[in-house]
Amino acid sequence: MAIINMKKGEIQAKIVYYGPGRGGKTTNLEYIYNRFRARIKTEMVTIKTHGDRTLFFDFLPIEIGKIKGFNIRIQLYTVPGQVKYDATRKLVLRGVDGIVFVADSLAVRRKENVLSLKNLSDNLAPHKKSLSDLPVVLQYNKRDLAEEGIPLLPKDVLEKDLNHELKAPSFEASALKGPNVVQTMKKIIVMTIDSLQRELA
Amino acid sequence: MKTHHSIEMGGNLNYVFDREQLTAIENILEKDLMDLGVHSVFLIDMAGNIVASKESDHGKHDIYSLAALAAGNFGAVSTMAKLIGEEEFSILFHRGKKESIHFSKVAGDFLIIIIFGKELSLGFLRLKVAEITEKIAAILER
Repeated sequence: MAIINMKKGEIQAKIVYYGPGRGGKTTNLEYIYNRFRARIKTEMVTIKTHGDRTLFFDFLPIEIGKIKGFNIRIQLYTVPGQVKYDATRKLVLRGVDGIVFVADSLAVRRKENVLSLKNLSDNLAPHKKSLSDLPVVLQYNKRDLAEEGIPLLPKDVLEKDLNHELKAPSFEASALKGPNVVQTMKKIIVMTIDSLQRELA
Repeated sequence: MKTHHSIEMGGNLNYVFDREQLTAIENILEKDLMDLGVHSVFLIDMAGNIVASKESDHGKHDIYSLAALAAGNFGAVSTMAKLIGEEEFSILFHRGKKESIHFSKVAGDFLIIIIFGKELSLGFLRLKVAEITEKIAAILER
């Protein structure tokens, strides 16, 4: 649910990073926060357990400048990935305008990725939304682990499991090291703003 | 509740506020709340976006984080209400030693969050809130 403020000439939109537990959603936001610290005026909000697992959500508001005369303010959120926090995930999805699905490339997490994507689809339904009518970008995270010899799912397997119907843009990334984190974020922002501006026109 | 300026697109309801609506809302926040001595007030949607806000010099806060947390908090508490068989709770209010925070629903899709000090009584504030939520709902329906 974006807010378009004609008085200030500003658009506020909400992007949620979704995915299975320990997949790298929070790490994505932490990387973005550290990378753009000089430009982000506020602290990143994290509500987490003692074990560093996201409990409620992480939140990072960023101003990305003007697009077509409007000042764009993006609110990035993550959801808690653990299965038991499903009610919380539903809440955080409220008013979502764009989604990044962060998949875990670890071979042992293949099933969790599929279950999490199904869970996302199920949790959008009560908000009268679906994956097919929202901007979505897929991120295949933890690609850096290949260097350590840890078995990863090949991209085509991830594409087949998660993207054969959606046909969304996808990026192989490492939220820890950085590759494609910013590119993922830029892509979802552009897609989200485009979709909002199409309806404003 | 949809406003005159809401645009529905495949289930994604967005809100466009024009200059007139925002000025009218800001005037209400200023005259009916800030003039009473409230420290901060913000009108937000259930997704945590800020529609309008006013702050006194008393304390400038990180209103974007507050808005996100307030929406999350209200959402969590409303869900708990439903889980225990209540439609909703009639009051959501957190009392601090110096500052307190009050939440109120407006027009179905919005929340008004008020931060105030000890000089204002909760009862009096709630009376004012009841008045202004009607006025703001009327503006949103234009």
